[in-house]
Amino acid sequence: MNEETKPFEPVIIGFTCNWCSYRAADMAGIARMKYAPNVRLIRLMCSGRLDPTFVFKAIAGGADGVLVSGCHPGDCHYSTQNYKAMRRFHLMERVLTQMGLEPGRLKLLWASAAEGQIFANEITKFVEEIRALGPLNWNNSGVKVPEVAKEEVPA
Amino acid sequence: MSAEEKMPKERIGVYVCHCGSNIAGVVNVAEVSKWAGDNLKDQGVVVSRDYKFMCSSLGQELIQKDIKEQKLTRVVVAACSPHLHEKTFRNACKGADLNPYLCELVSVREQDSWVHTDKIAATEKAKAIVAGGVSRVVHHEPLTPLKVPIHPATLIVGGGIAGIQAALEIADAGFPVYLVEREPSIGGHMAQFDKTFPTLDCSACILTPKMVDVGNHPNITMLTYSEVQKVDGYVGNFAVTINKHARYVKTADCTGCGVCWEKCPKKVIDDKFEAGLGYRKAVYTPFPQAVPKYPVIDDINCTYFQKGTCKACEKFCPTNAIDFTQKNEIMTVEVGNIILATGWDLFDARRVPNYGYGRLANVFTNMEFERLSNSAGPTGGNIVLRDGKTTPKSVGIVHCVGSRDKNYNNYCSAICCMQSLKFAHLIHEKTGATVYNFYIDIRTPAKGYDEFYQRIIEEGALFVRGKVAEITDAARNPGEEGKLIIQVEDTLVGKQRRIPVDMVILSAGLEPRAGSKELAKTFGISCSADGWFIERHPKLDPVATMTEGVYIAGCVQGPKDIPASVAQGAAAAARILGKIQQKEIALEPVRATINEEQCSGCRICNTLCPYNAILFHEDTMVSEVNPALCQGCGTCVAGCPAGAISGTGFSNLQILSQIDGLLLLTLDKKKEAVVA
Repeated sequence: MNEETKPFEPVIIGFTCNWCSYRAADMAGIARMKYAPNVRLIRLMCSGRLDPTFVFKAIAGGADGVLVSGCHPGDCHYSTQNYKAMRRFHLMERVLTQMGLEPGRLKLLWASAAEGQIFANEITKFVEEIRALGPLNWNNSGVKVPEVAKEEVPA
Repeated sequence: MSAEEKMPKERIGVYVCHCGSNIAGVVNVAEVSKWAGDNLKDQGVVVSRDYKFMCSSLGQELIQKDIKEQKLTRVVVAACSPHLHEKTFRNACKGADLNPYLCELVSVREQDSWVHTDKIAATEKAKAIVAGGVSRVVHHEPLTPLKVPIHPATLIVGGGIAGIQAALEIADAGFPVYLVEREPSIGGHMAQFDKTFPTLDCSACILTPKMVDVGNHPNITMLTYSEVQKVDGYVGNFAVTINKHARYVKTADCTGCGVCWEKCPKKVIDDKFEAGLGYRKAVYTPFPQAVPKYPVIDDINCTYFQKGTCKACEKFCPTNAIDFTQKNEIMTVEVGNIILATGWDLFDARRVPNYGYGRLANVFTNMEFERLSNSAGPTGGNIVLRDGKTTPKSVGIVHCVGSRDKNYNNYCSAICCMQSLKFAHLIHEKTGATVYNFYIDIRTPAKGYDEFYQRIIEEGALFVRGKVAEITDAARNPGEEGKLIIQVEDTLVGKQRRIPVDMVILSAGLEPRAGSKELAKTFGISCSADGWFIERHPKLDPVATMTEGVYIAGCVQGPKDIPASVAQGAAAAARILGKIQQKEIALEPVRATINEEQCSGCRICNTLCPYNAILFHEDTMVSEVNPALCQGCGTCVAGCPAGAISGTGFSNLQILSQIDGLLLLTLDKKKEAVVA
């Protein structure tokens, strides 16, 4: 197969919470449910930990899409923090849309620890949606985003 | 850039696990480890190895040897989910004098080899995951777990056999227990049963001594007719709000003599304990051996509460123990650990309309039959039809009602086969009737169970393999007149059969308690899709939950029989006793901290915290996190506009670097594409 006909393989960064959605991913694994290999997950303690910077960073760093997932509304391990994640998500979506990003490149997914199948299906679906949108290549156009400050934060 | 500047400051070891063929079967582990060793040198990787089973003692020793010999300062293990072996590898590092929090376990099994089939893509993904872990681990900090004192008391919710066993184990070890039960008496479902399989012990005879022990135990505070309303705090220090329903009986004065319920004129159908077959009074104890012995007045049915007059119980009470002015009492207890043992509900057989329960008089549920056969039950142990006098000559027992059925519940209820076999024996023994068992499969997997099955076959019970299609009273010939006809395909013979019987017993399955989802939420644990509570690990940690300090025992975790429930009750108690003995508990040091130099005092974080863990100092105009209350969710970290809050273990630097690592390969590829 030459480069021309090779399908575009998107790279997606997924943020999961420790209690529900990461466990849904574990559950999908334990039950050997198959899904597309394009998503790389990062575990946070709670979807409320999701700093919008993380999403911008992922997109600027070469990701073609970002998945944000947490416990179902009302089921948050930390009582209501996923609502805060939800608010931030919609704000981020607006900001990124204004910057010219297709809104479809961000996805919010609620998955409980038992919903491995839903998690797996939604990832496969999302990968196909991003594939249809094509590569983002933000890191290659315009001015390169400078590296995030790596110096020590003063204690 | 000078060579010195390029020198990475950490010395990192990367270990890629084969997990037998679990990982190595899909991911080319040797390639991943070689790639990490070759390409992540600039980040500090000095050793990169792959090994058959990293979690084995040899695997752990490998890491420890490298830490010592290669002077590693960070460790990345690419293996299973951190929920399975994070502790294992942290302990391995600790054993080699490396701070356990300087180790990162990244999942290439649950999130990679087990869910992908494309070997090349899975190997690439594993490289990305390892690179993410390496970039992240550089920014890990050495941490020490927070130590907090553990309250010696335990709360047990549910006074069935699992809760009773757990309460006795903990109380016998000398620690206080609060046992909360919703009903007026402890005992649970086991108190309703007639005999227990396979030994045919009388259920009450083996249960009531334990109930009495609970009632008399100096270390157990029984809170019956009570429900948990709210749970605050965290492991070691929970504050639990309990609503004690008004009994309208002064327990200090009541002797349990029973005059009140003899004199009470109001009869109520007992749909709880007697499964709707018998009556109780408006003032009642659920059964004669109830613990505690004090009755309760059911204010929904009591004539005085509904119409304003009567008070017969008050008039006749010899010790003036009736008090109509009692109010519900809200109390708060402090405990260090919690066991949930709230049990199960019976599947509502009305949901299977073709079986006719509720419509055809002589179709009974298993719970009704337990009461029918129980000598303390409404018929005095006579197995009779709904008319109260006719002894059946033939009985059909239908297995798997509502279980193993995709229309209702997919799971096997675990106890119904043995319970049905027990019924067959009891019917045979008491009435001599012909007994038919209609089964899909017979499941008798515990000690003495299959022997019991063989015994029932020898006793002459008949077995028809097939799922019953319909139970009807529409006769097709004179022989079926006045009977219930069971229509079933006998799958061993391969033909349809119509079997007329006098009585049908539906072996309805077990379901999670109605409201179990709300209960799970109250205690901060999770339910499976079916509604059973999820254990920490299905094989290796069946009584703990993901929430530290909250344990589960008995059927709340999934359908199981009495021995298994007792074992879980005792197991949960043992786990808690182990914790209490240590007097203090180590909490994960995942906490938020505020740098007061950077805090602008805007107070945005104050309202974001669900635990009120952030205090605002009016004098210095900065906020501060109370580490004992902080649960480490990190919402304030993400919300702080000044970037003054950092989340230990999940700092911005750690996560942003992990993103860098995960995208390392992608960037390289895209750069290549641009160059080309």
